Amino acid sequence: MTNLLYFQLGLPLALAHVIVALVACFLLINLIAVGALFFIWLERKVSGRIQDRLGPTRVGGKFGWLQTLADGLKLITKEDLMPKGADALLFRLAPYISFCASFCAFIALPFATGWVGLELNVAAFFVLAVLGLEVFGVILAGYSSASKWSLFGAMREAAQVVSYEVPLGMCVLVPVLIAGSMDLTKIGNLQAGWFTNWYIFHDPFTFVTFWVFFTCAVASVNRAPFDLAEAESELVAGFHTEYSGLRWSFFFMAEYGSMFLVSGLGTVLFFGGWNGPIPVADLLGLSASHSGVAFFIANLLGMTGFIFKSVILVTVMIWIRWTLPRLRIDQVITTCWKYCTPIAAVMFTGVVFWQALGIPSGGDLAPRLGRPAGASREGWLMPDAANPTVAQHGPAAHAATEAPTNTHTPTDPQTK
Amino acid sequence: MSWHALEFYFLALMACAFALAVVFAANVVRMAFYLILSLGATAGLFFLAGADFVGAMQLMMYVGGTLVLLVFGVMLTAQGPWVSIRTSGGEWVLAALVGGSLLAVLVPTAMRLDPAPNHEHAAVPGTAHKSENKAPDAKASTEPQTTRPTATRIGLGLIGAPTSGTSGYLLPFEAISIHLLVVLIGAAYLARPKRRARPKLVESDEA
Repeated sequence: MTNLLYFQLGLPLALAHVIVALVACFLLINLIAVGALFFIWLERKVSGRIQDRLGPTRVGGKFGWLQTLADGLKLITKEDLMPKGADALLFRLAPYISFCASFCAFIALPFATGWVGLELNVAAFFVLAVLGLEVFGVILAGYSSASKWSLFGAMREAAQVVSYEVPLGMCVLVPVLIAGSMDLTKIGNLQAGWFTNWYIFHDPFTFVTFWVFFTCAVASVNRAPFDLAEAESELVAGFHTEYSGLRWSFFFMAEYGSMFLVSGLGTVLFFGGWNGPIPVADLLGLSASHSGVAFFIANLLGMTGFIFKSVILVTVMIWIRWTLPRLRIDQVITTCWKYCTPIAAVMFTGVVFWQALGIPSGGDLAPRLGRPAGASREGWLMPDAANPTVAQHGPAAHAATEAPTNTHTPTDPQTK
Repeated sequence: MSWHALEFYFLALMACAFALAVVFAANVVRMAFYLILSLGATAGLFFLAGADFVGAMQLMMYVGGTLVLLVFGVMLTAQGPWVSIRTSGGEWVLAALVGGSLLAVLVPTAMRLDPAPNHEHAAVPGTAHKSENKAPDAKASTEPQTTRPTATRIGLGLIGAPTSGTSGYLLPFEAISIHLLVVLIGAAYLARPKRRARPKLVESDEA
């Protein structure tokens, strides 16, 4: 898109960069905001049904789907309060820090081939790193509120997030290991084809890994049953006790944004990302080329699938929240260090052996359904096997083996 | 001034300004917060230079490490007498001496470097940051491969394959990782709850 503006419309390069960045930011912020609107409505509906109620029914027609908008308007009109003893600067900044961290992680999350804010070579690592920054907003909010409830909530959150980053990282490592790349676009595209190619069905170890990943993801975005930072039955509302109005809603935008983010990450890592259970675009012959209208439609289909799968995972999170009671803090830490971490370590070892011994994966057992010709099973083994000259020719040969996989991650189709 | 330079100056200014803010702030938590912003801006500089792996590493290690500092700052100073820290004159002199001597070493070294030793640096302003948005054919023809798979290059360089054919730094790397593991286990052992006089009480607590 930069090229389009720069070469064809003759805009200055700086201006082209700014426009492209603004478009990407605009789309992502809207995605988070609309996502939050939808998920809060969904949360209300699901919790209502689980508790044998109807949930919102009046605002905006039959299903009350405008309820969140009404809530938002109410929040905007509320007074922006600040406790007397609060650290004014940090108190005001904290919600934006949480939101910024959540937003920044979206930059590297691909929605379809090439449809990503910034195609990073280390996207999986980047998302994990930035996701961990969200806790800063919570801690600063808890500290600066000058309230004991807030402080307790923040300290619990800190202990929880620092602990759960370990098993979460280990679980993310498993698909990275199988794909041989930390590029999320590449990881997604290596699972192209039928659902048997998804990494969750790669082998029994990855199947277990996903559930550990999901547990840790729920904990790291601070959702029930791990929502000890809020714990309304003990701590009033935890770290956001003292917040009101728009600042309070920013915390919730960040929370729902992060829920979608970890669901999206799980979708890319384990559920093939934009590659649906049935490769509709492949069957229709839309994804043959990497440019043009057909590719655009294929990407659009893929993105729909990606968002659908992510929303399902978010729905499962909501379902869990209204089903399971909150854990105690010692139970949370026990779950992390005595269960999640060892299980993740064993699964990681298992996948290493599975790959190293070359045991057939789920996608291999089923006849190679719709798998693209260039995509190899082990990104880190196949180039060596197919091209034994790597060791002798050095970086040049290495670059050559990189090339075929690179063709699967074309850049933004709008550049053409 | 090119766009790249503008971004560089913005991030560099932010890093320096917040570094100074760390020095002059009195509240520990605010110091930690400024430190986070300063380190985050440094990570931004790495991303700007096309070193995305190092940038993400900076976010994970340094910014994440500051989290622990922040937690301790909050725990120790939340309501206590250390909410604001006043530095004595002697400490100022000592700190200025240490910081100044490090600066005196670093600045001449940085100045002595060749500003554009090869074409890699020349390619950075337009391409490295936004190369993802360019068409692949343009990238393959002009841009050197070095800017793209940074993590792969670092990993391969670390284990010494396939560039040199030797074992590279794999052995020291493994030795360090085992050393760190031993340190972690040792720390966990030292920090374990001491065995109480009445262990039965503990068991009944857990049940």
